[in-house]
This record gives sequence, C-alpha cells and structure tokens, in this order.
Amino acid sequence: MTESIALLTIFVLAAFVGVEVISKVSSTLHTPLMSGANAIHGVILVGAIIVTGQAESTLVVIVGLLAVVLATVNMVGGFVVTDRMLEMFKGPAARKKELHK
Amino acid sequence: MIPTWAQIGYLIAAVCFIVALKALSSPKSARTGNLLGAAGAVLAVIITFVAYKPDHLAPILIALAIGTVGGVVGSRRVQMTQMPQLVALFNGVGGGAAALVALMELGELSTDAVVPAIASAFTILVGAISFSGSIVTFAKLQELMTTRPVTFPGLPVLFVASMLGGLVLAGFLVNEPRVWVGVLLCLVGLAVGVMLVLPVGGADVPIVISLLNAFTGLTVAAGGYVLNNTLLLVAGTLVGAAGTLLTKMMADAMGRSVFNILFGAVKGGSTLGGGTASDRPVISGGAEDVAILLGYANKVIIVPGYGLAVAQAQHTLRDLVEELQSRGVKVDYAIHPVAGRMPGHMNVLLAEAQVPYDQLREMDEINGDFKTTDVVLVVGANDVVNPAARNTPSAPIYGMPILNADEAQRVIFLKRSMRPGFAGIENELLYDPRTTLLFGDARDSLTKLLGALKTL
Repeated sequence: MTESIALLTIFVLAAFVGVEVISKVSSTLHTPLMSGANAIHGVILVGAIIVTGQAESTLVVIVGLLAVVLATVNMVGGFVVTDRMLEMFKGPAARKKELHK
Repeated sequence: MIPTWAQIGYLIAAVCFIVALKALSSPKSARTGNLLGAAGAVLAVIITFVAYKPDHLAPILIALAIGTVGGVVGSRRVQMTQMPQLVALFNGVGGGAAALVALMELGELSTDAVVPAIASAFTILVGAISFSGSIVTFAKLQELMTTRPVTFPGLPVLFVASMLGGLVLAGFLVNEPRVWVGVLLCLVGLAVGVMLVLPVGGADVPIVISLLNAFTGLTVAAGGYVLNNTLLLVAGTLVGAAGTLLTKMMADAMGRSVFNILFGAVKGGSTLGGGTASDRPVISGGAEDVAILLGYANKVIIVPGYGLAVAQAQHTLRDLVEELQSRGVKVDYAIHPVAGRMPGHMNVLLAEAQVPYDQLREMDEINGDFKTTDVVLVVGANDVVNPAARNTPSAPIYGMPILNADEAQRVIFLKRSMRPGFAGIENELLYDPRTTLLFGDARDSLTKLLGALKTL
C-alpha cells in the first residue's frame, strides 16, 4: 500500500509542476508547445519495450511490436516536427539578439 | 526489480522533460528545450534496454527503426500548413500505443490488484478515445471529410450509452482482469472517440487536438502506474496537466468554453450557416484598382489567413509589403491568435517566409489601430474578421474576439471564391460598400498586385 501512496504522491506533485511550468506562455508558442508536449508522451515507448520484452505468446509479441512502432512514431516524429517549427523562429530571435547588442 | 542506477537515470530523464516544457514556453529557449526533451527520451529508452534486458531484442530494435524512419520522414516531408493534422496523428498513435500496452499487461495482473486494474481500464478506454478521436481530427483537417459539425438525432443518447457501457466494462475488468473484456473496452473507446469529435466544427478542431493530447498524457501516466514505472507516471502527468491548461488557454483565446466546443453542436442551435456561396452582390475589382488603393494609402494593415499559406504566398506577400514600405506606406501584419489552423500557426508560417518578427502584431495590440488605417488587406482569411462574432448571437463563432477590420476606411479581400470560411458562416463584411474583392489564387493575385504596384 505504501508504494501506491508513493505513486499517488508523485502523480499529484507532477500535476502541479505541469501546470506551473507552462503558466506563462504567449499564444505565439501554443502550437510548438502542444507539439513538444505531444512528443514527451511518446515516452510510452518505454512501457511498450518493457511489456514486449516480457511477452511469451507470439500474439502478444506482435501486438507489442505494433505498440513499439506507434510509440516511436509519436516520440521521434514529435520531437523532429517541433524542432522544424522552432527552427522557423530562429531567424527573428537571432535578429532580435543583434538589435540588443 | 529495477536497479537503483536505472531509477536515477529515469529521474534525470523526468527532470529533462520538466525543464523542456519550461523552456518551450519562451521563444528564446524553446529550441534548446525541445532538444533537451529529446535527449531525455533517448536516455530513457537506453536505460530501459540495459535495465530490463528485454527478450525479442532483434524484433524490438527493428520495430524501433521502422517507427523512427516513419516519424522522421513524416515530419520532414510535411508542409508547414499541414502541421496541425500531423500533430493530431502523432498524438493518436501515442494514445493507441498506450492502450495496447495496458491491454497486454492485463494478462499479468493479479485478481486482487484493484488500483492497477482501474488504471489499466482507464488507459485502455482513454487511449482508444484519444486514438480514434485524433484520427477523425486528422481527417477533418486534411479535409478528407467535411469540416462542418456532424451530428445525427440519436448521437447524444448513443454517446452517453457508450460511456456507461465503457464504465460497466471497466467495472468487470477491475473485478477480474480478462483480456477479451479489455478488447471490448478498447472497441467502446474507439466508438466514443469518434462520437466525441464528429460534432466539433472545423475551426474548433485545434482545441480538440490539445484536449486529446492531454488525454494521451493522462493515459501514459496511468500506464506508468500499471507498470510501476515512475518515469511514465511523471512524464504522462506533466503532459496531462500542461495539456489541460493549454487547452483552456487556447479556448480562452477564441472566447469559447471547452464544454461548448465539444457539446455545442449536439445541444443544437449553433450549427447555423449555409456552407454554400450566396449570390448577393459584391464589389470586385482588378489588380490595378487594388494596387492604387494600396499604393496611395498612408497606413495599411495586412490580415493573413490560412488561404495565404495554402497558396504558398507568404514570400510574395513579403515582397509586396517591402514594395509598399519603399513607397513610404506604413505596413503592419495583424495576427489573430488562431490565424491559420492552430494558435500560433500563422507566426510559424510567416517566420518561415522571413517576415521580421517586429512587424507581426498581436490582436490586442493592434485592434485600436484599425480606426486610423486607410486600407486593410485580408489575404485568405475570413472568420477572424467576421463581425458576426460580435453581432450575431446565433453564429457558431459568436463571442470569439476578432480583428476590427470593419473599422478601417477600406477593406480588400483576396479570395478564391465566395465560399464561406472554415467555420462555415457568411461574412457580412464582404457585402459592405467599403469592401473590394479581388478574386483568384492568393499567390497569383499578390503577384499581379506587385506588378501593378511597380508600374504606378
């Protein structure tokens, strides 16, 4: 039971952190932020690998491999596409920096 | 048992994710933040391989490679205009993966583990909702199906019945974790996801993506609980909480409540709009007429919309603006928070065309300037300048803050046709005597305008 409580504690604290870290964000960055958060939940890949790695029947292995593919697409694609979006912001940001000099 | 060093490694990865989200909230650090998030994810995967020593290593690595290639190719090939649907798709596959993981774990659960069983049921149901909902969202944005709200008479009843059915199945699952019940639950979730998104109108779809993104986050968190994996728990919860807040912020920017977006069409009354072109008289002009209006104005405001991006006309528009500026015309871009198809989408598209950041002005900042503006040039936008949002309580976009283009001396619309905007409603501003329309593809029209302007 103590383990359940520990997990519950982590859950509640993480929820507060999640709200806190993005509480101030301009609408300009809503799209990249959504996309970046989207990439982070691709970490379900870890779960897919664990479950597939313990699987015994062929059917479960096949389903597991499907989950691995889907999760990888989510994770890798998510980070790459977010980077592509943010690359577009690089120009203006760099220009701003020069102005400040 | 997971070794201590792996636990610590997972903790480092979790911190990477937190810092990444924080950094993504500010333009200066956003790109670094994203890279840090990616580094955390790679670290987590490597730790998993070393610590758990999974069987079937070769097939897993092959699956990993296939997914990587798919993800990279997909996100490299996609055009900036199609970004929203790609995010929806990535979100959907993530939710699907989570549901599959929980489904496979069902066989491993012992019958007296009540809390993990609840978490499993949640992961399966919500993961499936997120998957099918995202697919419908994708189809709407890609215009594979109608962008207008879809409802049918029995929909609310069917929706509630499916949800109740899902809860009953979840109850069975908690009582005794059987795989076939899990599969049924998954199917119910798929149906609920479709029914959840079908009634949502095209313009509101981005908010639904964000909501489903938060759902997937919570699914991953519940999956972490089932697998006793703190990293999944922390990362999923972070995304769930941040995604929920982000959804609310986006809805606020559009002056809508999340509840209204999801269930507005089902309640009825908000699906007005013919969706077809009307034949009321409008004033249309040629490129030369419009060029004269622009060339002799003192102050011009450009309102760019999705049509600009579809026509890939951002670069031509920038050339036109530079030409106007060289003639001494003061030009600004007015960016509506939801211009394009997602909040901030237009900023990305214009940044791609290397429009200077300081010329892009946000709605609240520029709305007072329209009164003193000679000409507003609306390029491929419609709903964001539709006065119906202010005047017509029955319109689906009623209450959405808009750009006050109707306060300017003259308004010019570059449009392909009289077809209504994404929200599917008529725009009275098009019929205003001060409005001139220039029909045609945005890029063609802008090119002609630029040519005409140079000969003035």
